[in-house]
Amino acid sequence: MRKYSVFAIAREAMRGHRGWPEQWASPEPKKHYDVIIVGAGGHGLGTAYYLAREHGITNIAVLEKGWLGGGNTGRNTTIIRSNYLYDESAGIYDHAVKLWDGLSQDLNYNVMYSPRGVMMLAHNVHDVQVFKRHIHANRLNGVDNEWLTPEEAKAYCPPLNISPDARYPVMGAALQRRGGTARHDAVAWGYARAASARGVDIIQNCEVIGINRGPDGAVTGVETTRGTIGAAKIGIVAAGHSSVLMQMAGVQVPLESYPLQALVSEPVKPVFPCVVMSNTVHAYISQSDKGELVIGAGTDQYTSYSQTGGLHIIQHTLDAIVEMFPMFTRMKMLRSWGGIVDVTPDRSPIMAKTPVKGLYVNCGWGTGGFKATPGSAHVFAHTIARDEPHRINAPFTLERFRSGRLIDEAAAAAVAH
Amino acid sequence: MLLIHCPYCQEDRPELEFRHAGEAHIARPADMAALSDEDFERFFFIRSNPKGVVFERWRHMHGCARFFNAARDTVSDRFLKTYKAGEPKPDLGGEGR
Repeated sequence: MRKYSVFAIAREAMRGHRGWPEQWASPEPKKHYDVIIVGAGGHGLGTAYYLAREHGITNIAVLEKGWLGGGNTGRNTTIIRSNYLYDESAGIYDHAVKLWDGLSQDLNYNVMYSPRGVMMLAHNVHDVQVFKRHIHANRLNGVDNEWLTPEEAKAYCPPLNISPDARYPVMGAALQRRGGTARHDAVAWGYARAASARGVDIIQNCEVIGINRGPDGAVTGVETTRGTIGAAKIGIVAAGHSSVLMQMAGVQVPLESYPLQALVSEPVKPVFPCVVMSNTVHAYISQSDKGELVIGAGTDQYTSYSQTGGLHIIQHTLDAIVEMFPMFTRMKMLRSWGGIVDVTPDRSPIMAKTPVKGLYVNCGWGTGGFKATPGSAHVFAHTIARDEPHRINAPFTLERFRSGRLIDEAAAAAVAH
Repeated sequence: MLLIHCPYCQEDRPELEFRHAGEAHIARPADMAALSDEDFERFFFIRSNPKGVVFERWRHMHGCARFFNAARDTVSDRFLKTYKAGEPKPDLGGEGR
C-alpha cells in the first residue's frame, strides 16, 4: 500500500497523477479461507481490518453481492453520536466515538470525521424530561451531553426557528459536542484499502446463496454465485439481509427489515453548522462538505426488501424541516433513496456468537448503525478471533430475547423509530 | 405509496388510510404462563421476515377500521391478495414464490 501524504500528492502532481495504484485489489476467490465476512459495508470491512491488525488473521475474504459500500453504508445520513440511555449502549457507541477520533490517521485515509455537534430538539414536556434523563445517564457513563435552552440552541444553530408560535415549538435541546458526521463512502473505502493492504481478499459481485455445514453442525463454507468457498469461521454482517442469510444456516433471528429513506438538496454554500435531530417531528439534517443538505426520514410502516419507500414519508419529514428551518422553504431537493434496515425488538444490535459453531452475526443496527462502525467492527473482530465476545459486546447476544435481558433503547426512546 | 384493497370496503384506497399491523397468522397462545422461554421467544420476537411473499395484517384505520390480512411480495411491494381476518392463508399458486 502506497502511503497517502502531502509528499505523495506533490510527487503525483509532478507527473500528471498517473502513478496512483488501485486502492484495493480485486482477486479471484481462493478455495478456502480462515474467515469469511459476508457483506462489504463499513462494519464488515472494518471487521476484516481489525481481524488482520489486532488478531493476526489475514487469510480472510469479504464477500459482497453488489458493490463495496453500496448498501446502508452508502445510504445513511452519516450521523455520529453516543448519547444513548443504557450503560451497555454507552459502552459500544462511545467505544465507536473514541475510535472515530483518530480513524483517519489509523487508516491513512481521510474519513472526514467532523465532531461538529449533534443537537436533539425537545418539542414538548415529555421530550424535555426524557432528554434530561439521558443527559444525567450519559454523565454517569462519562459521555458528554448537555442541556441547552432554546436561545442557546439558536446560538449554536442560527437557522433554527425558536418562535413559540412554531407548529413544533423548541423547548430546549440536548447537545453532544463530540457527535458529528463522517464521509460514509470514505469509511468503506478506507477500511477496504487498509484491509486489502494486510492481505484481505475483497470479492465484489459475489452473492452468498447457501451456508455449508459439516456433520458436526459447524460451518464449512459458503455457496456463492462464484462457486463454493470454504471457511472455518463465517461472520454475517449483512444489515437488511441478515435474516435471509441466517436462515440459510437454519437460525431464526428476531429481525424485521424495513425501508428507511434519505434525501439531499442541491448544494449550497455553508449555512448549517451542526447536526440537528428531532425525534418528535422525525427529521435529521446536516450539511455535507459538498454543500448538500443531508436529510433523514423515518422508516416506512411495512417490511420490505425493495430499497424504496413511499413519498409521503419524505414529505412528512420535509414538512418538519421547513417548519424548524424556514430559510429552507425554497430549497430544491436533488435525490432521494432508500435502504433496508434490520430492526430488533429492543432497537439494540446483536453482535454475537450463534447456536451454529463457527457462525457469528453482527446485525440489528436498524436505523442507526453508521455511528457505531469502528466500534462494532473492532469488538466483532475480537468475537470471531477469540470465539468469545469482547467485554463491550457481551450483552448484545442473540439469547437476550429468550432470557429477557433486553437493552431496551426502544422503550427508552433514545432514538427515533 | 401503496394502493391497498380493503376486503371489507371492497375498494382500492391509498396506504395513508391503513396501518400495518405485523405478521399475520401468529396465534396467541391460550395459556401464556405455561410457555417455555423458547416458545415465548418464538411467539413474541421471532418473525419470518421473508424476502418474497409475506403474510401480514393491515388495519383500515381511516376507513372501516377493521383488521384484515394480505399476501405481499416484499421485493416488489406488490400485493398478491388481501383477505378477511379469520380466513386461512390463501393458496397463491404460481403467484407466490
